Parts: sequence; structure tokens; C-alpha cells
Amino acid sequence: MTIRDTAPVASGEARTKTRARRAPDAAPRIGALGVFAVLYLAFIYAPVLFIPLFSFNDSTYIAFPLSGFTTEWYVTMSRSDGLVGALTNSIKVATPAAVVSTLLGTLAAKAVTRYRMPGMEAVVSFIMSPLVVPAIIVGVALLIIVNAIGIELSLFTVFLAHLPPCTAFAMWIMISRLEGFDAAIEEASRDLGEGPWMTFWRVTFPLIVPGVVASLLLTFTISFDEYVLASFLGGSEPTLPIYIYSQLRFPWQLPNVLALATILLFASFALVYIAMRFRNRGVQFKTTTGV
Amino acid sequence: MNANAFIAIDDVSKDFGTVRAVDRVAFGIARGEFFSLLGPSGCGKTTLLRMLAGFEFPTEGEIYIDGQAMASEPPENRPVNMVFQSYAIFPHLTVRKNIGYSLRRDRLSRVEFDRKVGRMLELIKLPGYEERKSHELSGGERQRVALARALIRRPKVLLLDEPLGALDKQLREQMQLELRDLQREVGITFVFVTHDQEEALTMSDRIAVMSKGRYLQIDTPTQLYEAPRSREVAAFIGSMNFFDARVEEVADGHARVAAGPLGHLRAATRAKRFSVGETVLAAVRPEKITISSRPPAPSDASGGTNFVKGVLDATAYLGDRSHHYIRLPGVDKPVAVSAQNLNPAEFDVESRKRDVWLNWSSEAVVLLRAT
Ligand SMILES: Nc1ncnc2c1ncn2[C@@H]1O[C@H](COP(=O)(O)OP(=O)(O)OP(=O)(O)O)[C@@H](O)[C@H]1O
Ligand SMILES: [Mg+2]
Repeated sequence: MTIRDTAPVASGEARTKTRARRAPDAAPRIGALGVFAVLYLAFIYAPVLFIPLFSFNDSTYIAFPLSGFTTEWYVTMSRSDGLVGALTNSIKVATPAAVVSTLLGTLAAKAVTRYRMPGMEAVVSFIMSPLVVPAIIVGVALLIIVNAIGIELSLFTVFLAHLPPCTAFAMWIMISRLEGFDAAIEEASRDLGEGPWMTFWRVTFPLIVPGVVASLLLTFTISFDEYVLASFLGGSEPTLPIYIYSQLRFPWQLPNVLALATILLFASFALVYIAMRFRNRGVQFKTTTGV
Repeated sequence: MNANAFIAIDDVSKDFGTVRAVDRVAFGIARGEFFSLLGPSGCGKTTLLRMLAGFEFPTEGEIYIDGQAMASEPPENRPVNMVFQSYAIFPHLTVRKNIGYSLRRDRLSRVEFDRKVGRMLELIKLPGYEERKSHELSGGERQRVALARALIRRPKVLLLDEPLGALDKQLREQMQLELRDLQREVGITFVFVTHDQEEALTMSDRIAVMSKGRYLQIDTPTQLYEAPRSREVAAFIGSMNFFDARVEEVADGHARVAAGPLGHLRAATRAKRFSVGETVLAAVRPEKITISSRPPAPSDASGGTNFVKGVLDATAYLGDRSHHYIRLPGVDKPVAVSAQNLNPAEFDVESRKRDVWLNWSSEAVVLLRAT
């Protein structure tokens, strides 16, 4: 067929041409931009890099010069009941928060992108509002409500408090995912004899899986890191960020905290990196679904 | 009115908020027919098709397919399948699984499944494409896969929404013929949406010409072209010259009309009744007018032929034919004439402002009621 024979050649040519044209005048700009980028990254990440550095330093004082290499802090950290307990608490909150908010976010995104409804924009703004309302205000408000109803503060109330911001993020991710593919694909499935649920299972879900994974990882990280809401609604069971903050009062605990922070830092990086990889895979999908 | 038609569209309207997309449409489609919906953008073709498929529900009226009311049937329960404008190939599935998508509930063995899919691939002339994915197909190949996927369970009706719109001209013409042959081969009723009149004329048994949510005329391609019933249809299908006229005399299938400065014209009335004194439009297709640089011989001037003298205003040379535009005394719009270039073109750019004589037979004139 003639299109297939000629099209790739033509577009290939066009691409090399634009690249060749752009290269000479782009070079000096990359220089200035490069310097800026390096400074920017250094400003943001250099302080963070002190954490792993001092976590291996053989001294309770956080100061130069470094006195020697040790993994002792990692050992004491893992033996500290408080730390391990707080880590467990955080996982207990973040796991269900990620699952439930991703589920809610996916359903909300499906409704927003696939059905015509009056007042849709108002609903979307409402679900997104936790991203712009300061957490401290939400925290106080929730605390008042929880007290008024008479629910005891626990990890469960923290989980409830984490749902709105996590759901907002989940919906945001899933909307961009669902908008990425033609609604006619779902209609085609209905047309070919599958009801709404089988259509979701056979067509929609496989196409949004990357978004679901990205959403699970991001919402988990958000809940896991969250301090303000957890401190208002946490009761006697501290989550990890709260425990770490409380330990900063005791100088001798600091290296243990640094050791834990190092592990969390790399774990978070890994999660976000994986999440972003999945999101980008979505972008590739988008280009293949069009005509 | 058409309760026993295979597809009966019974006074169907569809509103989107305050927009009336389809406005009290009623007609029938016969079993095995290749039926086209033709009309300009926004006239409601897609909306009507989507109501047949079950993606939209009529605000008023009812649709019957093979005697069954469709009001409460969701798309998955209707005996129709659709080829989408964007093809809507499932991007995560191979061609094999796309084509066999609707076979899940038949619980076929792998061998049986592959045999059925293989037969469809042969029908669409893409054998060996089983394991390809959507992005590994050209536009024309996607179109065929969408067709095979919709036909595999032999629906009673196949709906096609501008399926050839995304293809280049050459491929489109090839696919028009293939699609027509395929429809004859499988004997399934096709409802085909297009805004390309040539496409509709080439492929259809009958065409509904639509405008603003209503249909203007439903007829065979020849009838639509040769005997349009209104000015809109005449102008939408092909091109047409219109002259204001008044009926002077009606006798045995012919009428004599007075067309102002043009004098008297003779026209066949084609079973339509006109009364003397009625205002009408005399319509003539450009290719039915003969242009000549010589005045007619006195012997020609008798019988059913109409002669008019004018001045050549412009000529466009298109290779196989030329379009001439002729100014007639007292007529605002130049008359369009399309002439086959059988011999080297007689008129060219140099011929401007020359006197020319036009003639056409009384059979070439369509009389339309002025509205
Ligand atoms: N979902 C919708 N919501 C609101 N208005 C709609 C919707 N779908 C169609 N319309 C309106 O209904 C009218 C008919 O649309 P339709 O898509 O049926 O036109 P069409 O004949 O298929 O045009 P085209 O040739 O451009 O595809 C248009 O005015 C359109 O704006
Ligand atoms: Mg349309």
C-alpha cells in the first residue's frame, strides 16, 4: 500500500532536517541553561544528600569533619521498637489509603470523562479542593468533627483524613489517563456485545493499568509522608513522620533517624521513579490509539 | 407508515439540551439494502446512526429493527454492529483478538476461533496479520480490521460512520468498490454515513439527503441526480443552474415556461403536476448543456430543444473536461456548462467575451416548485 511505503521516509526526512537546523543555535543556550540547571539541582538536593552522608558517620554530632564510617546506626535503628512501630503504623495507613483513594479516584475520573452531567465542573473542583486548602485548616476542621461525633482518634481517623487529598491526586492522574484514549474504544466493546462491566474489564482497565499503578504509588507516598493531618488525628499511635519529629528532641537519637531517613529517601525515589515510568508509558499509548 | 420495513425509524427526534440534532425523521430501510445518509456537517447523520447503534436514545419516537422495538435495548443487545469513524481498534489487542473480540461468549476452541478469524482476514484480504497491533497497521488496514471485527458475528445491520474519511483519495476509491462488493457478498444491510456525495452516489442503493436534522429526499442515486425534488437537493448533489420561470402551458408530459429574459423554455414535467401561472424554478445540470460558437441552423430550432445566446465569461480547463461560465442577458449568475474535451478544447482563455450559443433538450430541464 502506498501510504505505508512513503510515509515513514517522509517523516524521517523531516525529523533529521529540523534536528540539523536546530543544533547550531541551540548550543550556546544549553550552556546557560545547563549552569542554571546544575545550580538548581545542587540547591535542592545537596542538603538532602547530607542525610545519607551523616547516616554512615561514626559520631553522634552532625558536623564536619567526618570521623569514620559505620553502619551501627542502621542496626540500632532496626532494633528500636518505637521506630519500627511507627513504620508499621505508616504502612497500615498508607496501604489502604492508596487502594481506596485510587479506586474512588478512578470511578470519579470515569464519571467526569465519560458522562454528561450538569454541575460537573463544580464536582471536580470540590474533589480537587484538598490540594489547595491548607492541611492545617483541614486538620483542625476534621478534629472538630471527629470530636463532635465522638470517634476515638486512631490510625483509622488518620486514614480517613488522608483519603480526600489522596483521592484528588488519584482522580487527577486517572482523568489524564482516561482522556488519553478515544471513548469510541469503549463504545466499540459495547457494540460488540459486552456489557458495561465486561467492557471495563476487557478494554478500559487494561488501558488504564499504568495510571492505576502510578496512582497507587503516588497516593501511598503522599499518605506515608503526611505530617499535619496525622499529627491532628493520630491519637496515641504515631505515624513515621510524627515519630521522627518527636525523636529530634533527643540528640543521641539523631543518627538513627538519619539512617531511617536515608532508607525512606531511596525508597521514595524508587517509588516515584517507577510511578513516573508508568505515567510516561501512558503517553506512548496515547499516540498509538489515534487514527 | 413503514411498519414492515426492516429498519423502521418512526418519527424520531433527538435533542441535546436546546439543540435539536434530529428532527422528526421517519423512513424505512429494506433488508439487504446499501443505504446512505448524506448531508453537510452537523446535519445529524452521526446522531441518527448512534441511535441505531444504541449509544444515544431518541428524545421522541421509536426505532424498530427487524420488527423489534429498540427503545430499551443497550448497544450490546442490538443485532447491529458499527464501524467507527476513528475505527476504534483496541490498541492493547492484536488483530486476531480485535477481530475475535465478540466471540468470547461462544466459548470456541482455539482452533475454531482461529478458523473464524482466519476466514475474516481472508475476506478483508489481510491474511497473516493475526499478531499485529493497531499501531502496526496503515489507515486502510485499520479500516479493514474494524470491518472484519464488526462482521464476524454476521449482524443484521452494519453501521458505518464515514469509514473512508481518513483515507487518501486513491485508497478511498478502491475501498468504495471493495466495500460495495463485500456488502453484496455478505448480504447484510449497510447504513452508511458520508458527507461526500460522489461516494454516496457510487455505493448506495438508496440515499437519504439530510439537512438540519431532517431528510429532504430519499431516492436512488439516479433519481436524486436526475429528478431532485427541491432546490436544496438539486444544489447539494452535483451542481445545478437555476432559472426563475412561470408555467405557461402544460401538455402531455411537457410544459412551456417563460423564463424572463431567456424567453420560453420547454421542460419535461416527469409526472409532477404544474398549473398554468405557477412560479417555478427551471434547473439544468452543467453537463447537459451544449456550448457552440455558431448560431443554430434554423432546422435545429424546432422540437424540444432550448437555445440561448450568451457571452463567454470564463473558462476553466480540467483536462478531461472544461467548465465554462456564460453570462446571459438579464441573468445575475453566469450559467455553468461542463463540456467533455473530446477534441482539443474549442474554447480557451483567449475565447473570453466571445458570443456563444447554448442548447439543451427539454428532458434536461427539471422543474421545481419555487418555495
Ligand atoms: N453529545 C452532544 N452534545 C451536544 N450536541 C451534540 C452532541 N452530539 C451532536 N450534537 C449536535 O447535534 C448536531 C448534529 O450532530 P451530528 O454529529 O449528528 O452531525 P453530523 O451530521 O454527523 O456531522 P459531521 O458530518 O460533521 O460528522 C450538531 O449540531 C451537533 O453540534
Ligand atoms: Mg458525524
